[in-house]
Amino acid sequence: MIAATEKGSDAGTLTRSEVEDFLYAEAELLDEWRLPEWLDLFTDDATYQIPPTDIPADASPDNNLFYIADDRYRLGERVKRLMKRTAHAEYPHSKTRHQVSNVRILSQDDGQVEVACNFSTYRTKDDFSNIFFGKLLYGLEVSDGKIRIRSKRVVLDTNGLRNQGRISIIL
Amino acid sequence: MKPNGNDPLVMIDNDRHLFKVSRNNFTDPDVFVKERERIFSTCWLYLGHESELKKPGDFVTRVVGGRSILFNKDRQGNIRALFNSCPHRGSQVCRERKGNAKSFQCFYHGWVFGQDGALRNQPGEESYGHDFKNDPDSNMRQVPRLESYRGLYFLCYDPEAIPLVDYLGNAKEYLDVIFDQSVDGMEVIGGTQEYAMNANWKLLVENSIDGYHATSTHATYLDYLKSMEGGLTNVALSGVGKDLGNGHGVIEYSAPWGRPAGQWVSLWGDEGKKEIDALNARNEKLYGKEKADRIAYKNRNLLIFPNLIINDIMSLTIRTFFPQSPNLLHVNAWAAGPQEESAAARKFRLSNFLEFLGPGGFATPDDVEALEHCQLGYRNSQEVRWNDISKGMGLEQPAMDDEEQMRAFWREWSRRLTGPEQIRGERT
Repeated sequence: MIAATEKGSDAGTLTRSEVEDFLYAEAELLDEWRLPEWLDLFTDDATYQIPPTDIPADASPDNNLFYIADDRYRLGERVKRLMKRTAHAEYPHSKTRHQVSNVRILSQDDGQVEVACNFSTYRTKDDFSNIFFGKLLYGLEVSDGKIRIRSKRVVLDTNGLRNQGRISIIL
Repeated sequence: MKPNGNDPLVMIDNDRHLFKVSRNNFTDPDVFVKERERIFSTCWLYLGHESELKKPGDFVTRVVGGRSILFNKDRQGNIRALFNSCPHRGSQVCRERKGNAKSFQCFYHGWVFGQDGALRNQPGEESYGHDFKNDPDSNMRQVPRLESYRGLYFLCYDPEAIPLVDYLGNAKEYLDVIFDQSVDGMEVIGGTQEYAMNANWKLLVENSIDGYHATSTHATYLDYLKSMEGGLTNVALSGVGKDLGNGHGVIEYSAPWGRPAGQWVSLWGDEGKKEIDALNARNEKLYGKEKADRIAYKNRNLLIFPNLIINDIMSLTIRTFFPQSPNLLHVNAWAAGPQEESAAARKFRLSNFLEFLGPGGFATPDDVEALEHCQLGYRNSQEVRWNDISKGMGLEQPAMDDEEQMRAFWREWSRRLTGPEQIRGERT
């Protein structure tokens, strides 16, 4: 699915369906646990963040406790960890299904594309299944004909993680 | 008949250095009911930190020991805890998680209460007896006891409970060491980690003060630290485990990771070193070298019986949790730090926190997996009946990877559940 990161049109801007194709391809990589390939979708200075649900959605992880606030280095380490058998929380791997919908391009300027979409991700581990849902905010970057993720922020619509327990998968 | 119905809750054999805990304690609904009555209705329970209520009118709603509580600060600056139930028909009066309010109105029939819970007015007042408002039963009820130590607010549902400071006992000194990290006062940092485990709450008590599981459960976290340039010192993991009395326990130990409280790692750079050096110098001046070193270089996983964990490790966390049923617990966890801390130090503190701790960290999810699989393993508790908590028994000074601090919990838990006459689990 690397082709999905190829930017189709020549206009220097992305269409919504190009963004959708990209997000669907990302979801597929996650559901198939092809995490090293998924990591390749990110820029070298990328961030991946999940704020807690009792502070404003635009709060900073520098002075607020998040669930996850990875820079590119720690995101790489997260992937490395999740691919090991000793990442007990995800061994055997959960079954997941990442859904994205309501995709909107909020702005695009000079190859920097801000995207919002809704998401629901289903996870099954052992005898338990649960759902994460909310909004995804992406900062995408288009360069050399490729789409890459500069930032991904997961805004959960739950109050905490009482039903999900933990976020050991990638959302 | 219940499996193991006649087994003692805890079985101790001092001669053979054995300490066994019945697995029934993790699954039996009767034990759960007794815990609510004899532990969560009689012990001091952590409610919140004073820094969560900065301004007059600030409030937080929270479930503590199964009760719905409104924790707030009134106009005069008094901190209060009210049962969040309308005296009229019982509806939760405040339905927001936090905020600022001059008064609280129950939406059902419109009764309005002051910040102190006193009934101010209600629609159709003229239809009530003339002294209705003077009846204390017309007000939102205050919790029987609310006391604080070092900014930590605890409540107790037993009006006859001993004072909080006496209850904390020997744990007080450890709280002092932890809270003396700051001269301006510690604060809870914004953002609450609220999560859950399909496990009995006592499994999380044990796990939070368990120095024995790190290398196997947290192999990937240790791999991560080792692979990170400048992430570790060469300090060895080593220290002691203690029973502090009243069910409280602690492990206190040195460890290789960086501590914002005073153990610098090269990842934090020269600026970070200057800051840590200044912090340690200040503490030495204030407290003397011995205590300053202890603040800087010793880690503490502290259990305040029954369900408050303060882990002063690579970051500082306040964690409390309550059983919803024998096999489900809810956790609330916060990060805390000195108010005077620089922005850079705060960033390192939070980064350290997230690497290890919490439901998205590199370590806690593996703990959750372990505890949930213990709970699943207790399906077999009719045949495989006992947990072993014997490690380090009989040693003069058990180590941080022994289990004395957990035995401290179980001794008190068992005493409270069965009464002193029944700690006859002891085999003679």
